[in-house]
Amino acid sequence: VKELFSSLGTECYVLELDQVDDGAKIQEVLLEITNQKTVPNIFVNKVHVGGCDQTFQAYQSGLLQKLLHEDSAYDYDLIVIGGGSGGLSCAKEAAILGKKVMVLDFVVPSPQGTCWGLGGTCVNVGCIPKKLMHQAALLGQALHDSRKFGWEYNQQVKHNWETMTKAIQNHIRSLNFGYGLSLREKAVAYVNSYGEFVEHHKIKATNKNGQETYYTAAQFVIATGERPRYLGIQGDKEYCITSDDLFSLPYCPGKTLVVGASYVALECAGFLAGFGLDVTVMVRSILLRGFDQEMAEKVGSYMEQHGVRFLWKFIPVMVQQLEKGSPGKLKVLAKSTEGTETIEEVYNTVLLAIGRDSCTRKIGLEKIGVKINEKSGKIPVNDVEQTNVPYVYAVGDILEGKPELTPVAVQSGKLLARRLFGASLEKCDYINVPTTVFTPLEYGCCGLSEEKAIEIYKKENLEIYHTLFWPLEWTVAGRENNTCYAKIICNKFDHDRVIGFHILGPNAGEVTQGFAAAMKCGLTKQLLDDTIGIHPTCGEVFTTLEITKSSGLDITQKGCG
Amino acid sequence: MHQAALLGGLIRDAPHYGWEVAQPVPHDWRKMAEAVQNHVKSLNWGHRVQLHDRKVKYFNVKAGFVDEHTVRGVAKGGKEILLSADHIVIATGGRPRYPAHVEGALEYGITSDDIFWLKESPGKTLVVGASYVALECAGFLTGLGLDTTVMMRSIPLRGFDQQMSSLVTEHMASHGTRFLRGCTPSQVRRLPDGQLQVTWEDCTTGKEGTGTFSTVLWAVGRVPDTRSLNLEKAGVDTSPNTQKILVDSREATSVPHIYAIGDVVEGRPELTPTAVMAGRLLAQRLFGGSSALMDYDKVPTTVFTPLEYGCVGLSEEEAVARHGQERVEVYHAHYKPLEFTVPGRDASQCYVKMVCLREPPQLVLGLHFLGPNAGEVTQGFAVGIKCGVSYVQVMQTVGIHPTCSEEVVKLRISKRSGLDPTVTGC
Repeated sequence: VKELFSSLGTECYVLELDQVDDGAKIQEVLLEITNQKTVPNIFVNKVHVGGCDQTFQAYQSGLLQKLLHEDSAYDYDLIVIGGGSGGLSCAKEAAILGKKVMVLDFVVPSPQGTCWGLGGTCVNVGCIPKKLMHQAALLGQALHDSRKFGWEYNQQVKHNWETMTKAIQNHIRSLNFGYGLSLREKAVAYVNSYGEFVEHHKIKATNKNGQETYYTAAQFVIATGERPRYLGIQGDKEYCITSDDLFSLPYCPGKTLVVGASYVALECAGFLAGFGLDVTVMVRSILLRGFDQEMAEKVGSYMEQHGVRFLWKFIPVMVQQLEKGSPGKLKVLAKSTEGTETIEEVYNTVLLAIGRDSCTRKIGLEKIGVKINEKSGKIPVNDVEQTNVPYVYAVGDILEGKPELTPVAVQSGKLLARRLFGASLEKCDYINVPTTVFTPLEYGCCGLSEEKAIEIYKKENLEIYHTLFWPLEWTVAGRENNTCYAKIICNKFDHDRVIGFHILGPNAGEVTQGFAAAMKCGLTKQLLDDTIGIHPTCGEVFTTLEITKSSGLDITQKGCG
Repeated sequence: MHQAALLGGLIRDAPHYGWEVAQPVPHDWRKMAEAVQNHVKSLNWGHRVQLHDRKVKYFNVKAGFVDEHTVRGVAKGGKEILLSADHIVIATGGRPRYPAHVEGALEYGITSDDIFWLKESPGKTLVVGASYVALECAGFLTGLGLDTTVMMRSIPLRGFDQQMSSLVTEHMASHGTRFLRGCTPSQVRRLPDGQLQVTWEDCTTGKEGTGTFSTVLWAVGRVPDTRSLNLEKAGVDTSPNTQKILVDSREATSVPHIYAIGDVVEGRPELTPTAVMAGRLLAQRLFGGSSALMDYDKVPTTVFTPLEYGCVGLSEEEAVARHGQERVEVYHAHYKPLEFTVPGRDASQCYVKMVCLREPPQLVLGLHFLGPNAGEVTQGFAVGIKCGVSYVQVMQTVGIHPTCSEEVVKLRISKRSGLDPTVTGC
């Protein structure tokens, strides 16, 4: 081996174990870290090559020469496992910076057999189809309003699920195609295979036919995302569907039971009710855990007033199929969480939306020692998204303690690539990330919930300004007053700094975005007061907030101006 | 009425989203007008109630000055009343202008004062003007299914960013509104069947044109009715050009105890929220011990044309004029609202641009957004701009997905780079 390296003109650092005192100990450690007992034990550029045989093999195959030239030691500079919002963003940015990148994306079919193309959750079974179905439901309401504005049509308008779903799936397919094209244009290698680690710097890629291929890379980004959780009760996987299945369901779900209280549960229940379906939401305890509870309560209340039935404090214990069909008939037995009461009801569809689990347990992380939170499956990372294994990073929903949002994944993926390959130092800013829940009455927020603010700052140090409001478009439409609501939470001891922003009303996302940018700039109450409103809009209410919660004054609108 | 027109568009989208509603759906002007008028009347009533609740005496009279502390009011029946006060605030606003030198303009044309109160549909309409009033009215008339033409002397939305203004009219033109550019009307006649015949001159060709319309709507500017105020009796100065009242930063006129706010004031934005705030601050200064002055800088606004245009801060032209091309960086993007995809709506004019200083951290000088719900999108960013937000800070803000407003925080392509600003995918 020494001669080999000499012939290659390579200088070696040689540690003669029989010439050092602790040679035996070193040999033990070598066994531990390389699984090799014998000498010579060769490392090239931090990569463990092996013994004499392996070294010569590596030489013959050309791998040794590659290893000796740092850059071409591996097949790729970067391999990204997961082609979703985070993965694709990171991969594209790395490619733009001139790196050799591979993306592996593979969708394990849902228990109902649903599958989809490149793009991850957001594009296929998340944000995009959700918002489109939400829009479809809003159009139902708009049709209703339009009569008051003079539009004339007599019939009770019916909704055709298949027409809508087909149109939405077509759009999704165009996005899948667009992503594939985008990757090709940037020379990112895309493989539709399931990736898992087999050893350091090396993954095995298994395609849908079972064929295995191996790839190596200098660095890895895990962006495998999550999948919906099941209840673990009889009949759940056989008969229930999840958000993985809903958006491409080839038949109308009919009378639906939505199990869960997450935004996924409420958004789905919301638009299904908007299509005129009989919808029940079964809630174990509270709505939108983690969100401001006053706002969550208002979200739920609006849904209740608009045809969604809520079953509070119940959990399903069994799902039975009464009839097969499209949809079929399912009998659900549920038990109260506060006693012995049970209820039984028949539905066409049961949609489980009780949470999502990270896809981190079956990708070989244990083989390379990447630590995960055993309980949640999430991956703890430092502030540069690095796992405990230095060349392995993670982005997206699988990160512990970070918001599970597409734009967060996109932003952190991009910045990660820039730090790895673009000499940037910029870290992702996770503070005051705005979000919106697209329930029938939308809820946008940025910053702290009232509960969290009180916990951190104490009630007496906060001033909360709030108001009910009546969107102008709702007046003529005859829609309810004193339902839309706006509130800001200010820190009295920091110039009335706005630390929480909440709005319940139409186009909540559009309203919230700009205020989130203002919060980045250090928004205060004074600044809101100094800004002129745009009239007539909903957003302008934030420029004229007067009444505080502490004053106890009435915020009921008397129906004008 | 803009909302009514937008709903028409949504009704057309609805079948693509699965709603089985037979097209086309007709619109009944009368039903809409009644609903709108009823709502306005409820607001009138609401104001009466509020004034009453706060013990403000309300006189429905036309007032004019007798001397600097005395006002004479004349009621509808002719009865007169004299009122004197320590402080007087003039907030008489403006009224639509009728074009001079156009025969028949006054007799046969209507203005925005009338359009919202018509009991019957205006039918085939000619809107004369290039102001936001002209474009907004033409916009909703088109959206309600009426044959609408806009006649403009020169450029649309004078004073607004011209690139954005072109996109606004481009959208209207590709969605059914007809434009007669470079034309000025010379005569309006009534035909025996009641229709109106308009004659105009095409300034580019020099040729004369004629057309027949059911309604002619003048939207050629607004003027303050200051003459009937007898301001000279009080010694209040007005601008010789515009007849608007001249005030200082405290809203005080040339007479110390007489103030003026709103559209009647020279050099102020003609917007409700600025008038509201100016009024409130004035009252607080006069009686509340406050010294806070009104800041008319960075006032956001939105033009509610079929594709809405929201803006705050400087137009690109103003920024370049003030700072020089080299010191200005403009980031821009053509985007497609998600809701447009399924019904296949044309998003060609959906566009956003942010005008910044080039020097780090790149202070944002102006934001211009063309797209649905532009007012809602713009409001929060206006607060940010008031705050002195920089391009860097906006880029550090995470987007809300999927929305149109997130496109603002995703702006990366500068005009200077020459790169294609079309947004593709997530």
